[in-house]
Amino acid sequence: MSIETKNVDKVVIRFAGDSGDGMQLTGTRFTETTAIVGNDLSTLPDYPAEIRAPAGSLAGVSAFQLQFSSKEIHTPGDQPDVLVAMNPAALKVHLADLISGGIIITNESAFSPKNLKLAGYESNPLEDDTLESYEVYSIEMSRLVATACEDMDISPKTVDRTKNMFALGLLYWIYNRPLEPTINWLGIKFKKRPELIDSNIRALNAGYNYGETVEIFTTRFAVEKAPLAAGKYRNINGNYATSVGLLAASVKANIPLFYGGYPITPASDILHTLASFRHFGVKTFQAEDEIAGITSAIGASFAGSIGVTASSGPGIALKAEAIGLAVIAELPLVIINVQRGGPSTGLPTKTEQADLFQALFGRNGEAPVPVIAAQTPGDCFYTAFEACQIAIKYRTPVFMLSDGYLANGSEPWSIPSFDDLPNIQPDFSANENGVPFMPYARDEKTLARPWAIPGTPGLEHRIGGLEKEDMTGNVSYDPENHHHMTELRAQKVANITQDIPPTDILGAASGDLLILSWGGTYGSCRSAIERLQNEGKKVSLVHLRWVNPLPKDLGEILIRFKNILIPELNMGQLSKVVRAEYLVDAQGLNLVRGRPFRAADIVTKAQELIG
Amino acid sequence: MAETTVETPKLGRRDFVSDQAVRWCPGCGDYAILSQTQKTFPDLGVDKEKFVFISGIGCSSRFPYYMNAYGFHTIHGRAPAIASGVKLANPELSVWIITGDGDALSIGGNHSIHLLRRNLDINVMLFNNRIYGLTKGQYSPTSELGKITKSTPLGSLDRPFNPLALALGAQASFVARAIDRETAHFRTMILRAHNHIGTSFIEIYQNCNIFNDGAFAPMTEKETKADKVLWLENNKPLVFGAEMNKGIRLDGNVPKVVDIGDKWSTDDLLVHDETDWTIAMILSHFTYQDEFPDPIGVFYAVDEPIYEVMLAEQIEFAKKNKGAGDIQTLLDGADNWVVE
Repeated sequence: MSIETKNVDKVVIRFAGDSGDGMQLTGTRFTETTAIVGNDLSTLPDYPAEIRAPAGSLAGVSAFQLQFSSKEIHTPGDQPDVLVAMNPAALKVHLADLISGGIIITNESAFSPKNLKLAGYESNPLEDDTLESYEVYSIEMSRLVATACEDMDISPKTVDRTKNMFALGLLYWIYNRPLEPTINWLGIKFKKRPELIDSNIRALNAGYNYGETVEIFTTRFAVEKAPLAAGKYRNINGNYATSVGLLAASVKANIPLFYGGYPITPASDILHTLASFRHFGVKTFQAEDEIAGITSAIGASFAGSIGVTASSGPGIALKAEAIGLAVIAELPLVIINVQRGGPSTGLPTKTEQADLFQALFGRNGEAPVPVIAAQTPGDCFYTAFEACQIAIKYRTPVFMLSDGYLANGSEPWSIPSFDDLPNIQPDFSANENGVPFMPYARDEKTLARPWAIPGTPGLEHRIGGLEKEDMTGNVSYDPENHHHMTELRAQKVANITQDIPPTDILGAASGDLLILSWGGTYGSCRSAIERLQNEGKKVSLVHLRWVNPLPKDLGEILIRFKNILIPELNMGQLSKVVRAEYLVDAQGLNLVRGRPFRAADIVTKAQELIG
Repeated sequence: MAETTVETPKLGRRDFVSDQAVRWCPGCGDYAILSQTQKTFPDLGVDKEKFVFISGIGCSSRFPYYMNAYGFHTIHGRAPAIASGVKLANPELSVWIITGDGDALSIGGNHSIHLLRRNLDINVMLFNNRIYGLTKGQYSPTSELGKITKSTPLGSLDRPFNPLALALGAQASFVARAIDRETAHFRTMILRAHNHIGTSFIEIYQNCNIFNDGAFAPMTEKETKADKVLWLENNKPLVFGAEMNKGIRLDGNVPKVVDIGDKWSTDDLLVHDETDWTIAMILSHFTYQDEFPDPIGVFYAVDEPIYEVMLAEQIEFAKKNKGAGDIQTLLDGADNWVVE
């Protein structure tokens, strides 16, 4: 039997298994190798909130989806072409998403009566007609890795844990990927346990060779390199990009980075990453709670560092009072919300965009805070950098909104040259002898107040949460002054529009439908308008980077379209803002299912609106 | 050109007086504390611009506005966390937290204990008046059980916190108590706190003459003071009383007040040792107990590792180990590829 190699543009694979099966790791390795091969790609890790739900249970299923392509892509894919199901529960949970006729690869060894029962199967789906419309490869992976490692002096349990490497090896064979990057990685990962390097490499090879020698696969697939713009690339996920963006801004501004935070899913990796940057002088402070996380950052900003805190919705709620303090004290501060499903503890490991109102309005009093949202994992770098830049320039707290999908998802990232990034000037105040220091004097263009840091002789002054008199900064209860200061704080934030470039419209400047999006839905919306435009529809996309203040030219763009569609992973938060701000009849597409939009969801809604 | 040496003028009290009108109630114990602080600070030997006062919310927390120094009047209970950020960002600063019994022990209790265990080189002045003043007279976490206030017309049901026992339990490295009216002694406590490297915690008995007048009267009034105050001196037996004829003796591990004379001599008394945590803990429990005098002075002072010093060491270690970070190398990452 000959094996045919078929060229395809794009493939979506979903790895699914028990929490202990190492699916995140398997997906990440496949991603790294695929990045090196030169495909464009996008990933979607999807794991349960429980560290180890009971083995074999539906609740314990962990999955990792990636799309890779020879063309430019923007999403992890709507539906998988290939489902790797390491146990019956994984098959049960994910089968419905698989495309009709898609490939299923299972670990047959895990389809025991006990696991079938845990997954709620009355009969074995590998033996009945459940899977008859799919291409099924059921392989006794556990037995095969045991054979591959049989002369090794390690426990059967340890051997069995290499079965994910078997699956990975097989997929490398099917999709023509090299094994070396994974072998090198295993060497570093298990440096101190050579027996694990050996057993994992054996399993990886066994999987690859299985494809090569067992004549059940008739087709291998080739996905050519994607035509990415020339340059140097790496694979990057959102939380890492955020961390590096913060660091880059502090190096540019030549002031130390201080991070105060408390662990919370899905933001903790920012703390972990920044903690590994001690050699850059980064100070990370794992505080006693969310409030101390942000207040320590405010203290550090007062003392001349760029103070940063990151959390997710429940933690941001605790920080609200402190954000108000940073607003009235007019100190630079960056608050990152890696959004997850809410309310309350909600869906800790699932993505959502429902904290926009919290960022815009979640404080007492008139407390405007600029809000910038990242659009892709790699864009988190630029968003974090810009958040610091604006915070320092305007002496204001800035909200950066990320989300669980961006935080954990990854994509190839064109590596910027540090020298090309814009400069940031902290402009600390210095003593001008004889001139009385006015802590609430203002820069004419920005309305920013001076940043006079403790330790500077002659500039001793007091700030605080009580309303301050214009110029002097003395406590003031004067009614006119309060009104005036409220307007000044609002105008200062509005002035940030000076730093927002003209809005980019993907597509024609007018038409039947404008899709208006913000944050992590960029990829899905981008894919959707490409499909719609290919169908000849007069559809354009505007994706907002700053949600507060909104770009100056947005109003005039909106009125040039007959329909406006705002897809959001919330119940219509930006829609309400846009309707209130511009008096336009914006329609929402609102889904909160803990996962990104499928581009098809947006296409269908658009077709409903414009036929 | 001839060299001229400019003598830095010596700082005085007036250098620390801000131009803001002090707005505490007439007769408030805070005045004496502010005044003594302004008098003592010139003698700490620190450049004035290096002092930073951080406060939370409450009557005492207005203090920074009245000191001509860098100051930050923050939000309720959070001063320890803000001060930690200030100190970590710039360890050269002399950071002073001004707080009260509600601010530090109720809404900010969590931050207080964590500040103490981390042992940053920060000084805490806790003004304890055992009442909520700014909100006009509700009981506080240090009010005695059964306290009748506006919010507890039939008496409070909360057992009071013991601030010093709490601080000791939180592994504070310096714990002391002062009284607003004992200004000379308070000066000594400020100096001791300043000189201690690590978090210094001073509880100050402070009279609120509006809502809790006389809360510490036995310790401040001439007629009773001698019998109700135990002045702590390191390595000295614990003696008190108008005639200095009473003392503290340990019976096993139970402290007893004894008369010095026929049965007991000063040799039988407990000798104060500022480095003995157990003694400090025993003494801290005298408060609220009528049969004992209230100890005033330094309860405990030991050297413990300093958070910001260890952080600086970690940064140096990392730089030595990995080399000073290069941002472009970090951006490039380990696994990159070039598209032509």
